[in-house]
Amino acid sequence: MKTTAALGLILVSLVSHAETPQQILKMYAPTGNAVRGEAVFRQKNTVNEKMPSCTSCHTENPINPGHHAITGKIIQPMAVAVNPERFTDSAKVEKWFGRNCKEVLGRACTPNEKADLIAYLSEVR
Amino acid sequence: MKNLALLLSLSIALPALAERIPLPPNAPKSYQAECASCHMAYPPALLSAGDWKRVMERLDQHYGTDASLGIPQKQEISAFLERNAGNVWKPGISAQPARISQTPYFIRKHGEIPAKFWRDPRIKSAANCEACHRGASKGVFSEHDIAIPELRGD
Repeated sequence: MKTTAALGLILVSLVSHAETPQQILKMYAPTGNAVRGEAVFRQKNTVNEKMPSCTSCHTENPINPGHHAITGKIIQPMAVAVNPERFTDSAKVEKWFGRNCKEVLGRACTPNEKADLIAYLSEVR
Repeated sequence: MKNLALLLSLSIALPALAERIPLPPNAPKSYQAECASCHMAYPPALLSAGDWKRVMERLDQHYGTDASLGIPQKQEISAFLERNAGNVWKPGISAQPARISQTPYFIRKHGEIPAKFWRDPRIKSAANCEACHRGASKGVFSEHDIAIPELRGD
């Protein structure tokens, strides 16, 4: 019984600690627009020949697992619908926006672009 | 006596056949989180300490990518890699920039593989150990457990 209570407490603390995609989206902008997010996701850029677009690694359909465009390493799907771990850790989200926007777009993404991308990847099915 | 000699020679030959190069169990979480998103968490024994040092000094130019890390993560990962690095006589010294696939050890082990296989979309890159070595993430690099049938050393 004691153990169950302890386990319950641990679970509650874990749940309250995890962030939701909606909470993380709001750190960037009051709302996100999934249609605009999809456009950023598919947009072809010119700074990186091997990775012109988000889709270069994450595939045309974010429901599917992707492959790193250079190393071939499997990347788990970005869509929250099939991968509920996505967008639940704001530090991780910000780290990967930082790296990937710089690498693919050649600049930092704006807070609105980040909110739109989170909206798209949370809603896509 | 003969048996003993046989046993001795087997015990020397077997580790070479099994080709187990595991990730040390004390690998920091940051190694998996920071390095293994883009490529496998390479066992540190695959490069010498000097090679790892050179890799970690130029993370801003990491094989065409900016893989810069925060200072604490960089220090933790560097210390782990250098502490568990390969004996310089095993992997050998790599080219500049350091690449596991250019160590004498790697070249000797993969010398018979025709160039067209490296370009195969299932493999893509010599960085993609797991494309052929199914057990790579568990440290198993046996040539008898190759995922691509044409390449299996049966």
